[in-house]
This record gives sequence, C-alpha cells and structure tokens, in this order.
Amino acid sequence: MRPKRQRLLIVITGLVFIGAAIGFALFALNEELDVFRSPSQVADEGFPEGKRFRVGGLVEDGSVSSAGIVTTFRVTDGANSLTISYNKILPDLFREGQGVIALGTLNAGGTFEAQEVLAKHDENYMPPEVADALKKSGHFKPEGGDS
Amino acid sequence: MTDNTDTAGEAPTRRRSRTGLLFALLPVAAFVVIGVFLFRGLSLDPSEIYSVLINKPAPAFDLAPLPGKDNGLASSDLTQPVQLVNVFASWCVACRVEHPLLMELKRNGTVPIHGLNYKDQPQAALNWLRNFGDPYDRIGSDLNGRVGIDFGVYGVPETFIVNGEGVIVRKITGPITPQILQKELLPLIAEMQK
Amino acid sequence: MAPELGQYALVLAILVATVQAIVPQIGAYRRDAAWMGVAPVAARAQFLLVLFAFGCLMTSFIASDFSVVNVFENSHSLKPLIYKISGVWGNHEGSLLLWILILTLFGAAVAQFGQNLPPTLQARVLSVQAMIGVGFLAFILFTSNPFARLDPAPFEGAGLNPLLQDPALAIHPPFLYLGYVGLSVAFSFAVAALIEGRVDPAWARWVRPWTLAAWCCLTAGIALGSYWAYYELGWGGWWFWDPVENASFMPWLAATALLHSSIVVEKRDALKSWTVLLAILAFSLSLLGTFLVRSGVLNSVHAFASDPARGVFILAFLVFVVGGSLTLYAIRAPSLKGGGLFRPISREGTLVLNNLLLSTACFTVLLGTLYPLFLDAVAEEKVSVGPPYFNAVFVPLMTPLIAALAIGPMLAWKRGDLAGVMGRLKFVAAIAVLVGLGMAWYAWNVMPLAVLGFALVAWLALGVVREWAERVRLFRWDIVDSWRRATGLPRASYGMSMAHLGVALTVFGITASEAWQEEKQVFMRPGDVQTVSDFELTFVGAERLPGPNYSALAGTFAVTRNGQPVTILQPEARTFTNPPMETTEAAIRTTLAGDLYTVVGEGDGQGGYAVRLYYKPMVIWIWLGTLAMMIGGMISLSDRRHRIGAPARKQADTAGRDRDSGALAAAGAGD
Repeated sequence: MRPKRQRLLIVITGLVFIGAAIGFALFALNEELDVFRSPSQVADEGFPEGKRFRVGGLVEDGSVSSAGIVTTFRVTDGANSLTISYNKILPDLFREGQGVIALGTLNAGGTFEAQEVLAKHDENYMPPEVADALKKSGHFKPEGGDS
Repeated sequence: MTDNTDTAGEAPTRRRSRTGLLFALLPVAAFVVIGVFLFRGLSLDPSEIYSVLINKPAPAFDLAPLPGKDNGLASSDLTQPVQLVNVFASWCVACRVEHPLLMELKRNGTVPIHGLNYKDQPQAALNWLRNFGDPYDRIGSDLNGRVGIDFGVYGVPETFIVNGEGVIVRKITGPITPQILQKELLPLIAEMQK
Repeated sequence: MAPELGQYALVLAILVATVQAIVPQIGAYRRDAAWMGVAPVAARAQFLLVLFAFGCLMTSFIASDFSVVNVFENSHSLKPLIYKISGVWGNHEGSLLLWILILTLFGAAVAQFGQNLPPTLQARVLSVQAMIGVGFLAFILFTSNPFARLDPAPFEGAGLNPLLQDPALAIHPPFLYLGYVGLSVAFSFAVAALIEGRVDPAWARWVRPWTLAAWCCLTAGIALGSYWAYYELGWGGWWFWDPVENASFMPWLAATALLHSSIVVEKRDALKSWTVLLAILAFSLSLLGTFLVRSGVLNSVHAFASDPARGVFILAFLVFVVGGSLTLYAIRAPSLKGGGLFRPISREGTLVLNNLLLSTACFTVLLGTLYPLFLDAVAEEKVSVGPPYFNAVFVPLMTPLIAALAIGPMLAWKRGDLAGVMGRLKFVAAIAVLVGLGMAWYAWNVMPLAVLGFALVAWLALGVVREWAERVRLFRWDIVDSWRRATGLPRASYGMSMAHLGVALTVFGITASEAWQEEKQVFMRPGDVQTVSDFELTFVGAERLPGPNYSALAGTFAVTRNGQPVTILQPEARTFTNPPMETTEAAIRTTLAGDLYTVVGEGDGQGGYAVRLYYKPMVIWIWLGTLAMMIGGMISLSDRRHRIGAPARKQADTAGRDRDSGALAAAGAGD
C-alpha cells in the first residue's frame, strides 16, 4: 500500500530526525556544562587545566590587587583558597569579604583565569524574578554554588 | 506524530492501535520521569553546601552594643549549654516573619537568644526592636558586617546554634518557620540541654 | 475591611469554581441542558468574585495599608502611584492573584463568546477551566494568602525592590500571564475534546483564536522582559537562557507549533492527536515554568524565598493537571480518527516540518533547563548550563526552519509543486546567495555565522514579499487587478506575512548586533576620549547626586561623530539603602542603525571611573521584529473568519472542508 509506506516513511524520518537532534543536544550539553567546585575541592582533587568550570567563595581580606584593568584576588571557603585573575570590570558589589562566583579555567600556573565574575547581591528576601534579574546583572543569589 | 499511526477510513487493526497506544503513552511516561526529578529537586537542600563552619568553634569577635544598651555580644558570652545567635537587620523583611517565634521562645525561656545586628543603622534597629519587641539577651552591632563574614553569613536572617564550648552545631538559613522550630530546633535544644 | 472582603470573595470563588467543575461535566455526560447551563453563569460569577478580590488588594496597596503583610513587604507610602499598583503583582501572592484573575477572565470570555459552541463542548471546556481555577484558588488560599494581616501594623512599608521600579517591568508580568493563562483555554478545549472523543476542523477553528491571542500576549511579555533586561541590567545582553526566561520561552515555542498545527487540523482534518497533545503540552509547560520559578528548585533562590509547602503544592497540582490530561490523552488519542493522508511536499508537509523543528527546539530548551536538576539529583553534582549550549543547539534547528518558512506558504495543500515554487523563488534564492557571498567577503573573519544569518534573512524577507506578490499577481496582470486582489486578501494572510517578516527582522537584529558589537571596558578620567564605532566619547566627569530614595553616581559623556556633537549620555549607578542594593542605569542612544550603550561603574578614588561602552548595531530590530510578529498575530486575529464565534456560522454555510482548493482561497488560508 503506497499511502501506508509513505506514512511509515514520514514516521521514520521524523524519529531519525528527533533522535539526531536529541543526540546532538546531549553531546552539546556534555561539552558546554560548567561544574561547580569550591576552592577546597580544587586544592584536594585539582581540576583539568583549560577546562571551564565555576568556583565560588568569599574574597579573602587583603588579597585584591589590580594592575590597570586586570584584578587579582583570592577566594576562600574558609579552609582553602584559590587565586583568580580577571581582566574586565568587576561587578559593583565586588569587595573583600564578599561572596563571589567566577567562571573560567585554570592555567598552567594554577591561577584561575576568570571570564566572568558574579558578586553576591543584597541579603534580603525577594521574589525569584528579581533574584534572577540580579543574577543577570552580575550578582548572584548565594546558594548551593549555583548562580 | 501519533497521528501518522492513525488511519483515515481504514478499519484500525489491533496491531496498529497498539502502536498507537504506545505512542500515546510516551508523553505520560516522560512526564512521570520529569515529575520524579522535580520532586527530588524540591527536597534537595541547597544550603547544605556551605556547612564549612558546622562543628567548628564560632569565630572570635567582640561587638559593641546598640547605642543606649549595655549588653554587647562577644564570643566569650557564648557560655550556656546551648544558645542561638540570630543574624537580623531592620531592613530584612524575612526577619519580620520569624520574629514572633523568637519572641515566643523568649517568653517561654526555652533558650537564650543573642542577636547579631547585621549591616544595620543602629537607630533603625532600635526602632525595630521597640516596635516589635526584643527577644535578645545580648545584641552585637555588626555595623560593617565583618563578624557576619567570619560567620559566613550569606543572607539575613540566619540562625546559629552554639553549644557550651562555643562550637557551632547547626545553622538555619532563612527565617525559622514553625515547622523548623518544632521538628528540628526544639528537639535539638532539648537534647543539648540534657 | 477590604482585605477581609477580598479573602471572603476568594473563598466564595473557590466554591463557585468547584460547582463549575463538577455540575456541567455531569450535565454534559447526561445531556442535561439545565446542568450544563450552570457553567457560563458560574464562570462569570467566578470572574467577578476574583476581580473583586483583586480590587481589594489593589485598594490596600493604593491606600498603603501596612497592616496587610503583603503591602508591608512590597510597598512604601512614598512610592509613585504606578509602582504602588504594580507592587500588587510584584510579589508571589499578588502575582498569583493576577494569574487567577486572568484565568477567570478567560473563563468568562469563553462563556461570553462561546455561546455558539456545541453546548456539551462549552460545558466541558468551562468545567476543565474551573478545575484549574480550583487548584490555583486552593493554592492561594492555603499557602499564599495575599490578605494576611500584621499585628501590630508597621508605620512604613519595606519598599518594592528598586529593580522592579521600572515601567517595562510593571507591565511585563500581566502580558506574560495573559499568554500563559491564555494557553489554558487551548488546554481546556483539548481536554474537553478528548472527553467528547471528537476532534474536527470546527474544533480547530474554535481553538485557534484563543491560541493566537495567548501567543500574541506571550510574545509581548517575552519581548518586554528581554528589552527590560537589555536596558536595565547594564551588560547590553538581552537574552541569557536562564530558567526564568526559558520558563516563558518553552510555552512560546509550543504555542507557535500549536498555532501552525491547528491550521492543518482545520484545513485537512489531519494531525489531530498531535495537535491535541501540543495544546496540552503548551499549557503544561506554562505550569512547569510556574513551578520552576515559584518553587526555587532551579532558580537557586535563597531557601527562604520559597516555602517548601508551596513547591509541594504546585508539584501535586502539576501532577494532577499534566499527569491527568496526558493519561486521558493516552487512553483517548488512539481512538481519535485520523484524517487525510498527505505528502511530504505540500503545505501540510512543511507545517509538519515546522512542528518537528519547533517541538525539538522546545525539548532541547527543556533538557538544558532541567539538566542541572537531574545531575544534582543523580550525582549530587552542581552544574550550570549556559548560553553556549543553547546557542549550539538552536542555530542548527532554526536554520532549516527559516529556510522552510519562505517555501511553505507558497506550496499548495495536499500536493505541492516544489519545483514550481523553487522556480518562482529563484530570484529570491539568487539574491540570498548573493547576500551570503557578499557577507562572506565582508564578514567571514568577524563571524562566519553572520554569513548564514544574513543569507537567511534575505531569503525569508524576500520570500515573504514574493509570496504576497504571487497572491496578488503583481506585475503579471494589470496593476488595478493586483490592487483589487491585494485589498481582497484575507487579513489572516497579511497577518502571516507580517509575523514571518517579524521573524526575519529579529534574526536580522540578532545577527547584526552579535557580529559587529563593539565593547570597551576601560578606566576613564575626566577629559579622556574613547572611540566606539565611529563615535568619539569624551568623559566629562562623574558626580554624586541624591535621588528620592537612593544616591546616584552620575557620569557624563559628550558624544561626537566626526567632531560634530551628537548627544550627551548620562549613565548612573544607583545605591539604595533600604534594602541595601545597587542598580545600574545605562544611558543608551537608540537609533535604527544601532545603539550606543554606556554604563558607569565605580571610581578608583582618584577621579578615574570604570566604564563600559558598547556599540550594538541594529539591535533595536530584535524587538521591532517581535513587535511585527505580535502585530501580525493581531491582524490575523481580527480576520473575520477567526473572530470568536464566527466558526459556527461558517460551519453552517460550508459543509465541505476542501472548498479552498482553488488558488486564491488556498492562498487566503495560509497563515
């Protein structure tokens, strides 16, 4: 039956297509995923050089130094700390003692080169929509290492 | 897509209607899987990750009282078998929510509560306490939030449960709700007071 | 007094909704006209009660009655009136009440405009609508009471979050909710049709206007949110692929697919069970979005921003609505009679392709949004999925969609002539290739994707024009005849062209602004000059200015081009004290050719200030494109044939569904 075969063809094409798309999506997901590590985890387990991840903690007192637009600082989780360098303008709320989350890679020298630094925003209850907006504006709601 | 397995004008055979059902069941099945994960997601406690200070001594500090009061707060004041250190601020809306519970604890004399007035204007804090009541035995005024940082305060309110050795036993992130109070806080306090 | 009355009205509303959920359903089963007749009356009553409750809450906000917790937490006596009003929905409880208000508004609208629906269908639709209403009313009454009182009443409110004090954000949620909740009507129609066991072209004609209206509002809501993010957040970005945005984007993708698949049901009586599934999924995704945003599962809001009881409630409700409707679907869908067969090369074939691509896109967004949750639950690994993933999957999906978009409307129903269409599109194709080649020469080293983007834009935009020219026989017959044909074309066909043109404009804006954006992050001292694009920006200086409830650091840039003064830009960085918070007010010079975007940051204490300067070419076209899509939707909605209630009349006078196989009529059907 011609119509039947045609229908089958459409179904199969559709399934193959969706399968391929989902396969590709999963592949992309694996490639583009950013895991979160605390400074202690980085100190204990290390992290592959050049692979992107996120690290979070408090900016260590007295660790911030800048040369022109490049800023270097250390983040700590109380036990260990990690040196971060960043060559863009830091968010408004960035200061010593403040919680930050940085996205970037470790270089050969063990310094974390950040592509993005988010500073913790104000410490008050707010609707999720606002929290979300704040997150986008370069602040994050301090939780679970998730930005 | 299931449409393609339907037929027009043809008597559906058993086999075909079975594949039809299979296709039709797919969405429910997918939803069940997602639902399970969503439920799991609800019970994940995102605050667990910042437990660095748990079972560690509370940081050393010595804070001045609010103006007009004489009982400031220092780490050396944490000498009871169990006490709460409650981080609060007058600008904090959620603090207003847990406040009646703290007042109730104070009235019943269940446990001493100390306040850490976090990044607040002292006068605003005093007004706040005057309006809503003062559940605290001692209040330290942490004007610039330095002590808060030592405590790893990530948001206001937060409550630390400290034992007689000045060790932080547990931390409650966000306002204390009646549920947390009944299920976690009161049993823990009773056990520690034994 | 008002709060108590409002709460009382909500209690009454939930009672009415319960009656409306049960009685008409039984009535429809027993074919009892009196029982079914309860539905429209109850739907109107429910709407009036919720409207009254909403009015009560608004009264409390306008009167700054701080004895109401919600008012205390979200308002302040010194706020401008508009933000007192928008404060009503600038928080969890109030926004939920707005959601319910819109839900009941749609219910009342179905009662009002659906008078010529078959009585059983109308009764069932309203019954399903009321079930959703019961769920949300219970949610608000038991977990999120907006009328809760505070004793003693505070003297002053805590203030609305400064970020929310913005006109775009004040009107953004209502539009978004109109979209989300509007999809509930399509959902109710789908569930009612499953209960009835009948899906036919008439059903599709009834569903379409509701879907179209919801889609327009959703488009507006998303566009407003995105524009707000662009000018308020200070990074020049307009889409961040985070959970809150994805929560609104997924229903939009599903609704877009639904809009197109219901045309196939209407014209060809095919693709029926898929369309019903889409209608269920579109609303389910709205609910899922609400759950994700409200429960804090993904958003990683501070633990106290979300009450676990709320999350559990919404999840239970989600399971009931989505699980229930999908189970009903599994039982009933196999018995839905399929319609005519069709060939891949036909109008309906391209619409299937459209659906395939849109639903796959929707699925990939869902995957990316939920994946962190999966991984956290399974492996306790905290991860985030960022824009790179979404960009990687979206480009390959959208490319064939846009390519097909120019062809689809020109193909005939049933049996399309691809060779003929390609023949008519050969000039369009040639120009698109030329544009691509030109861009390859001009922009390959900037962004290879821009080449593809511009070629697609040319292809689509000219394809839309070509399709219109085809319909009016432009240049083929005499111009008078073309004019007569142009004015005779149904509005739906203009709506379609407009919306498709909107897609082209948006893609154009995205491609151009991504490819040629210029960004500078530098320290500037007074008198320093930076060149961005062909503008010279002189930093005049920065000073502290007091605001009503903040203090602002205001920077001033004098902008010149070729030495000629263009404008003065004054970005601000505002520091609020209660609650402590900082916001950025970017200063933007918007033109059709591009936006000059300036942000001032902190000073180094020695007269130097960190500034961000962007030039974003054609960026405004992104939103002009969405505006065109929305207007297209509205034009289509205003089509006589789409007007709510019209289907019944039409059904009466046209029995045959293939009457539009003639060329002109077929052209008219294509939207």
